[in-house]
Amino acid sequence: MTEQQSLIELRHVYRSFEKGRVEFPVLQDINLAIRPKEVLCLVGESGCGKTTTGKIIAGLLKPSSGELLYEGENIEKFRGKRRAQVRRATQLVHQDPFSSLNPSHTIGQILGYPLKRHRMVKDRVELRRRIWELLTLVDLTPPGDIVNKYPHQLSGGQRQRVSIARALTVDPNLIVADEAVSMVDVSIRIGILKMLHNLRDVFDLSIVLITHDLALAKYFAWEGRIAVMYLGRIVEIGRTPDVIGNPAHPYTQALLSAVPEADPSITRSKEPMKLRSDEIPSLTAIPSGCAFHPRCPFHQPGFCDVASPRLGVTKQHQQNVACLPLNSGGELVQHDS
Amino acid sequence: MTMNQDVVFSVKNLSMSYLADRGRVRAVNNVSFDLHKGETLAVIGESGCGKSSLNLSLIRQIPRTAEIESGTMDYITREGQHIDVLKLSPARLRKFLWSEVAMVFQGAQNALNPVIRIADMVYDTGKAHGINKAESKKRALRLFEQVRLDPMRVFNAYPHELSGGMRQRVLLALSLILRPQVVIMDEPTTGVDILTQRSILEVLKELRMQLNFSIIFISHDLAVAAEIADTIATMYAGEFVEMGPVRQVFYNPRHAYTLSLLNAAPRLSVGEEELHSIKGSPPDLIDPPSGCKFHERCNFATDICQHTVPPIERDGAHQVACHHSDLVRKERAEVLNK
Repeated sequence: MTEQQSLIELRHVYRSFEKGRVEFPVLQDINLAIRPKEVLCLVGESGCGKTTTGKIIAGLLKPSSGELLYEGENIEKFRGKRRAQVRRATQLVHQDPFSSLNPSHTIGQILGYPLKRHRMVKDRVELRRRIWELLTLVDLTPPGDIVNKYPHQLSGGQRQRVSIARALTVDPNLIVADEAVSMVDVSIRIGILKMLHNLRDVFDLSIVLITHDLALAKYFAWEGRIAVMYLGRIVEIGRTPDVIGNPAHPYTQALLSAVPEADPSITRSKEPMKLRSDEIPSLTAIPSGCAFHPRCPFHQPGFCDVASPRLGVTKQHQQNVACLPLNSGGELVQHDS
Repeated sequence: MTMNQDVVFSVKNLSMSYLADRGRVRAVNNVSFDLHKGETLAVIGESGCGKSSLNLSLIRQIPRTAEIESGTMDYITREGQHIDVLKLSPARLRKFLWSEVAMVFQGAQNALNPVIRIADMVYDTGKAHGINKAESKKRALRLFEQVRLDPMRVFNAYPHELSGGMRQRVLLALSLILRPQVVIMDEPTTGVDILTQRSILEVLKELRMQLNFSIIFISHDLAVAAEIADTIATMYAGEFVEMGPVRQVFYNPRHAYTLSLLNAAPRLSVGEEELHSIKGSPPDLIDPPSGCKFHERCNFATDICQHTVPPIERDGAHQVACHHSDLVRKERAEVLNK
């Protein structure tokens, strides 16, 4: 698919969680390659597995089966110094800036701890200089005003900037931002996203943004890619303008048609796609065949509920999609049932 | 949708403040509006702008440390009788709420009592307002059907047996059980998934058409407001800085703050777009900025904004308090023409 060596690659990744004797297959057969400096948005509804995917990319969770490759090599093979270096290369920014910063530490301490722990600085002078630098990078200026403050003295947006600065302490190559702006006010979200874009340019970072907000994903990843997830699988992935402008998978189409738009005329003329059911199936009873078939208006009995779709090409689209009728060269036809 | 001129709820010069250790925080400042029968008024603004305080003031459920300083709230019943809401005795207020003005609180998960069945909530509500069990049940089942729920299943369920979207619809149905004329909704679709949000919005539109109640809708989500509101009020630092018909406010905004909010909202239908955050953060209301409270964050601000409180200009139903409303209008026109 790509000439360029990918930074991180997930190959046939499965992940399940057990609760009592019940097993929840949260991720199934995830294949995803993230290139250096790439912006990728993972979108989907709650429970689709986007956070779990993010945690696996960031190295915080191990796949139940499947491989996680870093620059083409299985991450389990690394030992010693190289292992520590690879572990540092991917960092996660959490959703909730109110609970991800220790309330009893100052911002200086919060940023200083990883710098010292990973020996990123030689002495106290350098430590101080580095903290100043990081705060300036995330536009928390003047740093002198911020460094001795506690998290509760900062606004939500400022706290999220501290979280991002903390992720940068260890010079990562990739940042996974899990709903990084969903708890921040609409009026300042754009500023944080622009800053992430800048950091990407300065440090050649790859960024994986996990979000449920399609309009935001469209804005952030316009030059990158979007992956749409449903019930633990990626159902569509491709360049953002292709996925948003010409959605292939019926689920993507349903999502896009359902999102209200900040424009009265446009939003009132939208026609939301009618699904056959509003219920999201439980992870313990994932439907056979294509997991979306019980809700899909284009469901073909005897086909969609039998075979399992895999990401592939179609005649009409640039992006990859996992939809049986489209993959077999057909079109989506609405059946009355 | 049809909107006649019957006012059901008229609020004039409402101010509410909290008494904090550091001083008085005026969270709602001189807010006035007329809500018409069947009208949906969306109040939009950032967190901390006073949206929720306004809500609580409207139903007089403010915390003990807060007080309503001034203003009048005039409610007109279906029979044409005027009720001065601020003068109602506690007992009268209890009867008034829910049967005339109902509230759907933020976060459906927490608004339902987890240890009693939906049925008992229905009966309790009916009992408190003098409706017998049979009638309460009949109304509830009918409403559950209208919000596209399986009536009997939901009626006998505990809240944990329902999904987030179902709970939100149950709350919506319950709020209408005493046939109020006004329903206040605090962020009813925040924190739910896209398809769930869609089904709640569709249900809400249907109900509104069938029952013709008025809605005061509190949200930070411009897209949802664009979809269901007839009138939009933008709230900043406790004040309604702009209010007008939805299309006027979106296509022809006249307050710099409204414009800034619009410039920060991504839209799916537009390809690559230029968006801007609003600089700074909302002001400290203990010591609010002089003049126009938005001036410190405003790109249009000049000397006059610092010193003089902008007067309210009225143009039909559209009203605005901004010194540079003409510049704002011009800039929006340029953006839309691009």
